[in-house]
Amino acid sequence: MDVARDSRQNREGERTSPASPRATSLSVRDVTVTYPNGTTAVQDASFELRAGTICALVGVNGSGKSTLFKAIMGFVTPRQGAVRICGLPMQEALRANFVAYVPQSEEVDWNFPVLVEDVVMMGRYGHMGFLRLPSKMDHAKVEEALERVGMGAFRKRQIGELSGGQKKRVFLARALAQEGRIILLDEPFTGVDVKTETEIIGLMKELRDQGHVMLVSTHNLGSVPDFCDQVVLINRTILAAGPTARVFTQANLERAFGGVLRHFQLAGTALHEDDDTRSVTVLTDDERPLVFYGQKRPDQGPLRRSEDGEPS
Amino acid sequence: MITELLVPFSYDYMVKAMWVSALVGGVCAFLSAYLMLKGWSLMGDALAHSIVPGVAAAYLMQWPYAAGAFIAGFLASAGMAFVRQHTQLREDATIGLVFTTFFAAGLLLVSLYPTSVNVQTIVLGNILGISDEDALQVVIISLVSAAVLLLKWKDLMVVFFDEAHARTVGLQPRVLKIVFFTLLSACTVAALQTVGSCLVIAMVVTPGATAYLLCDRFERLLMLSVAIGVATSFVGAYLSYFLDGATGGVIVTLQTLLFLATFYLAPKHGVLASRRRISGAVEVKP
Repeated sequence: MDVARDSRQNREGERTSPASPRATSLSVRDVTVTYPNGTTAVQDASFELRAGTICALVGVNGSGKSTLFKAIMGFVTPRQGAVRICGLPMQEALRANFVAYVPQSEEVDWNFPVLVEDVVMMGRYGHMGFLRLPSKMDHAKVEEALERVGMGAFRKRQIGELSGGQKKRVFLARALAQEGRIILLDEPFTGVDVKTETEIIGLMKELRDQGHVMLVSTHNLGSVPDFCDQVVLINRTILAAGPTARVFTQANLERAFGGVLRHFQLAGTALHEDDDTRSVTVLTDDERPLVFYGQKRPDQGPLRRSEDGEPS
Repeated sequence: MITELLVPFSYDYMVKAMWVSALVGGVCAFLSAYLMLKGWSLMGDALAHSIVPGVAAAYLMQWPYAAGAFIAGFLASAGMAFVRQHTQLREDATIGLVFTTFFAAGLLLVSLYPTSVNVQTIVLGNILGISDEDALQVVIISLVSAAVLLLKWKDLMVVFFDEAHARTVGLQPRVLKIVFFTLLSACTVAALQTVGSCLVIAMVVTPGATAYLLCDRFERLLMLSVAIGVATSFVGAYLSYFLDGATGGVIVTLQTLLFLATFYLAPKHGVLASRRRISGAVEVKP
């Protein structure tokens, strides 16, 4: 009888430990990455993301965004600190298929002889056995992912034949098929039309509602407040991390970008011919610009999209 | 007439040459499908030249020649990786630097200590005169490589296509790359006997390149590439009996002819097809 109970407990134990909804989270603790040539790309980076979050990773080129991604995927080993995914050390988390990655378009070899469905099937490899023979379920997941991003009709196309937006969707579909809880998206809006951008954002919001964590590196500052709950500002180290409303301010952005942002300030007579002293500040990193509606005089603190800013 | 065509099959050495060539050609072609996609084609050439001193030293010390070749190939790869990691030199410069060093050392070794193996055998290959022990080494190398490739071709494909993704599905790109380059070294060693170190590069590039012009799917590319490798090597060895020419030369010439035909006639990626598309596009315009 004892034996029977034990085995039942074991079975329950099995059911609850790996398959249980282990809380989805991404934790980066004091991570410092130094490359073999001696440059330290990221220093003492710490932030934490919980289930159901879309977080923007914002910073200039060379600020350590890609290094941080590489550290999260275990491509580079931090000299200090650690990355934990859903409470597990990185390597274990990768083996458990917790992390999915949507690469930058420039990183992909579009001439590689693979069809759309082959790429999405690669998302399932971690779920397959030694020989990577796809099961019925794998095929069904691929099908479902393709339909979800609206690429079902293109499944037999070679990937180089697609448009910029379609290419992005294929890799999103791969992440969906992989069913990773943490999804890393590297510049998902580069080279993508506005319609696709809106659709990608819609999909990301759905995934957020399902409890996924998404970390999005982007230059598309204007869209960040629309879909990101959290923002991490990086320039060699984490300058600020937290809820968008608190972190994504003009002062912080200027700190993150130094002088490299395009910065237009429209105030006074450039806007209108009355006594309204408020100003509009446009910050752009070459994509959709970010607009700050200043409430008082131009040189005063920023206020983002203030609702109460009726002209006085 | 027919009996004349069957003459090569009546000689044991010819039969052996044909089968061994076909086997080596197939495995090399399998590797070529990966190699040419990554822009690493010249690595094959570099490895083939780098193993020359290993072969020479092995004959000198009466080791199995494959062991010597393998050690030299490994040292060359390690040397290239080391130079690349510690300098800002471009990849091609690194490769050129390391493999010529090894090749020169090999030539020097052979000229200083003349052994049973002469330079010509290493550089041009001599499948028709291959000894039974050497043939056995080649067959074992090829079969083991083929087995590993058949089991792991999908993992290697993911690593070659998208290393970052390979990581996220729990693969270890570094380990798989080491496996790949080990197989490549082993197969260049095997191909050394059939076509010689100068033409190994063709064996590990041309079949894949030809298949690439015909396929949009990796699985098919692999199958076609292997088919091309096996067929040209078998037929090449067979034809060399009648032509009385170097087997390696005949095999590579066949592969090149096949490539040229594909280059012009391929339905989608061929020269004629793109001309047709261009003129079609011009006609439609007005």
